[in-house]
Amino acid sequence: MSDLTKLSLTDALDGLASKQFSSREITDAFLAAIDRANPHLNAYVAVTHEKARAMADASDARRAQGRAGRLDGAPLGIKDLFCTEGVRSAACSAILGEFTPTYESTVTANLWAEGAVMLGKLNMDEFAMGSSNETSCFGNVINPWRSAGGNAQLTPGGSSGGSAAATSADLCLAATATDTGGSIRQPAAFTGTVGIKPTYGRCSRWGIVAFASSLDQAGPIGKTVTDAALMLSVMAGHDPKDSTSLPVQTPDFVAAVGRSVKGLKIGVPKEYRVDGMPAEIDALWEKGIAQLKDAGCEIVPISLPHTKYALPTYYIIAPAEASSNLARYDGMRYGARKVGKDLTETYEATRASGFGKEVQRRILIGTYVLSAGYYDAYYLRAQKVRARIAEDFTKAFTQCDAILTPTAPSSAFALGEKAGDPVQMYLNDIFTVTTNLAGLPGISVPAGLDANGLPLGLQVIGRALDEETVFAVAGALEKAAGFSAKAQAWW
Amino acid sequence: MTEANLDVRSARKDQLVPGATGDWEIIVGLEVHAQVASNAKLFSGASTAFGAEPNANVSLVDAAMPGMLPVINRRCVEQAVRTGLGLNAKINTWSRFDRKNYFYPDLPQGYQISQYKDPIVGEGEIPVETDDGETITVRIERIHLEQDAGKSIHDLSPTETFVDLNRAGVALMEIVSRPDIRSGKEASAYLTKLRAIVRALGTCDGNMDEGSMRADVNVSVRKPGTPFGTRCEIKNVNSMRFVAQAVDYEARRQIAVLEDGGVIKQETRLFNATTGETRALRSKEDAPDYRYFPDPDLLPLELDPKWIEEIRATLPELPDAKRTRFMGAYGLSAYDAGVSAGDLETAVFFETVAQGRDAKLAANWLTQELFGALNKRELALADSPVSAAQLGGLIDLIASGDINGKIAKDVFARMLDSGEDAAVIVEREGLRQVTDTGAIEKAIDDLIAANPDKVAEAKEKPKMFGWWVGQTMKATGGKANPAVVNDLLKQKLGVA
Repeated sequence: MSDLTKLSLTDALDGLASKQFSSREITDAFLAAIDRANPHLNAYVAVTHEKARAMADASDARRAQGRAGRLDGAPLGIKDLFCTEGVRSAACSAILGEFTPTYESTVTANLWAEGAVMLGKLNMDEFAMGSSNETSCFGNVINPWRSAGGNAQLTPGGSSGGSAAATSADLCLAATATDTGGSIRQPAAFTGTVGIKPTYGRCSRWGIVAFASSLDQAGPIGKTVTDAALMLSVMAGHDPKDSTSLPVQTPDFVAAVGRSVKGLKIGVPKEYRVDGMPAEIDALWEKGIAQLKDAGCEIVPISLPHTKYALPTYYIIAPAEASSNLARYDGMRYGARKVGKDLTETYEATRASGFGKEVQRRILIGTYVLSAGYYDAYYLRAQKVRARIAEDFTKAFTQCDAILTPTAPSSAFALGEKAGDPVQMYLNDIFTVTTNLAGLPGISVPAGLDANGLPLGLQVIGRALDEETVFAVAGALEKAAGFSAKAQAWW
Repeated sequence: MTEANLDVRSARKDQLVPGATGDWEIIVGLEVHAQVASNAKLFSGASTAFGAEPNANVSLVDAAMPGMLPVINRRCVEQAVRTGLGLNAKINTWSRFDRKNYFYPDLPQGYQISQYKDPIVGEGEIPVETDDGETITVRIERIHLEQDAGKSIHDLSPTETFVDLNRAGVALMEIVSRPDIRSGKEASAYLTKLRAIVRALGTCDGNMDEGSMRADVNVSVRKPGTPFGTRCEIKNVNSMRFVAQAVDYEARRQIAVLEDGGVIKQETRLFNATTGETRALRSKEDAPDYRYFPDPDLLPLELDPKWIEEIRATLPELPDAKRTRFMGAYGLSAYDAGVSAGDLETAVFFETVAQGRDAKLAANWLTQELFGALNKRELALADSPVSAAQLGGLIDLIASGDINGKIAKDVFARMLDSGEDAAVIVEREGLRQVTDTGAIEKAIDDLIAANPDKVAEAKEKPKMFGWWVGQTMKATGGKANPAVVNDLLKQKLGVA
């Protein structure tokens, strides 16, 4: 039975449709796997055994009546940033404590409407702020992958480390995740999984705990490009409850995966060859370029001249919005409260004990850059640079149909290795933040292993609302790479 | 906006405040917070009904639950546009919402969504008729939409504060005037006019008791001809009378400080309605840094000019147009027209009374008798014991000659007490006017027989004629038709 967990989402749905096994069976298999693995990996912060079994039974009943949805019976993991009705949703922050919403986020509601089964809530960096999963109030996730011959515990990346680790370690068929500066794609690259951040506005943000509103987007992490495409097809859609949700139809992303890439122009930005990048990442990139050329793509050198300003721009805009978005966690209406001798002390004690150090750092940065006298020099200027970065892409897309880059500047690093140096940590986002700033879709596809046997990812960036081309190119890369490596279970 | 563009009015001589060092001029500008008349809040579907149980009208968005997002209420936008059009103001087809960040328990989000740099309505102006009979122009700087906060209740417990979020997220229009006002009375007149306009537009109920309309009053003083002085802002003044009081008190306070050789510090002050005084709340230095920035949860508000024109086409008649019409169509004096048209409720009442009747008489009865009686009883027109139809009925009895003016006043007094129709009272009390010349002739003949000396006097002294009229009316119980009495007396006494 345990090999049911090794299935891809697509294959599992085929198995369910052909009655090879029931949703209850595959759900129980996942719950058993989670119970076994989670004490070691810490990917889940809550496992909803009863709810999962009840949803699975309901799914089996629907299938018996011939009323199955697109994801019917498929067990999924949900990032703790998504509010789930009746299930603690804490964004992995102590300040939310045991907060249990009375409402369901639009994205998860879309999944349940198509019959998916919830296994539990996945670990993440606190409020999605981090690149290593070390800021979670529930402790870090441990990457299922280890260096060949090594025992060091590695980061699964962040912030969606739980989503990536659980998908990689077969603790769910696929998972929801969110990406503000690379939080889907970098963990996907670190765990040999596929993760896509769609166009800003493709998925509703309603019911997702906000980090930086103008950058946050939900997306899936899956085992294959097709799985990610199927997940996104269900997660996406216009939502009148989110003013920034785009009023557009959701295309059939699954159909796009197999589409021919012949004749597509693939841009390769020279600015993404950064100093100090490991040679094997450069080599992986070259291999990807060659593979796409072999598949009939035309390779076009392009320039994205403002790339070097992307990281500083991101680390002004994201904290600025976060400093305001997180003001609601004041201990007044829900979550943790630490009482002081007066109102101000209560605020201070609540927020000082409720927020972790990285969150506090970003609130401080954000408060500073929005302050009178500094607003123009930081926030306003960052917004201007952001517009330039978006222009870079607009210009580039007159020359090419998609852009190929590495996903991250390294493979998974050791837990604790960068925890003391926020700037080193922030550099992880160097290839991913630009698409958040420009609102564009970007996918990370596993493309190979480094010398230590750790997975590496390549990123495909597309035009706004052109996820179909992104999926087509990602599908071609997946096919060419034939990536099938799995972490050797040590847990 | 340069100082010269701001400083466009000089006070009249009689508006200057004499001080030990000479005359002072008062400069006033108002920021009026008007609650948008709308069933739902600005960014949530929660109800705005007044008087609900605490925290009954609170949505997930209003309580700032995690992951909740604001969605603009189209009705509130329409109301702001309507208000802008009513104030002859420029409607900005592109505006934007900003976050004003500060911590307080009745502000769940930790920020108020407001419009800082790009408001929905730009410059406008309104003519304001003051008590002195002058019409001044007050320029509007801007109107922006923003969320109201909740209410903190400190007096339910000695150690705790309770929070009611029913108001949290309710749409307010902040209507900001230029500093074109020069006295407390003018400030009150401006607020009265503004209230009349938004009520006529149906964009704000103007109910100051319920907090639907309140003003932040900016006051400074200067020697005439010199630049503006430093201003103080008096927060949340909630009646016409208080606005005038607050301005006058604050001006005198500032003059006293300045004449003592002191300086005015820019600060926020509170008005105490009991003492009529203002006291310092916080200085400019202590003002929080609100860290305004565009709200990333909301798109810029872009209005279709066609939609604006559609709204313009549905604007109701506003008080000024109504006043002009009342003068033309009903022949009212400027004053009577101003009073009758000044307020939507009054205007509707007046037109109901005047319909098919002597409009001047209707205006007199409304503005003199009814308003006088309501003032004495401290009643609003809405609570008047005499309805428009009933007042009309009374006027009908006068017009038909059934009762005379004097009896009408008595009947009116009884109507106020009992709420009965005039005809019922007249019938029951037998107050119908005597036009029967026989009865009146008889009364006069009796008087002549009893007072032969007065007959002679009446011929010599025209003033004595009044005595005869009075006696005749008395003899007929006040019910005699005065015109008939006059005619008969002249005839019988042989006076011209």
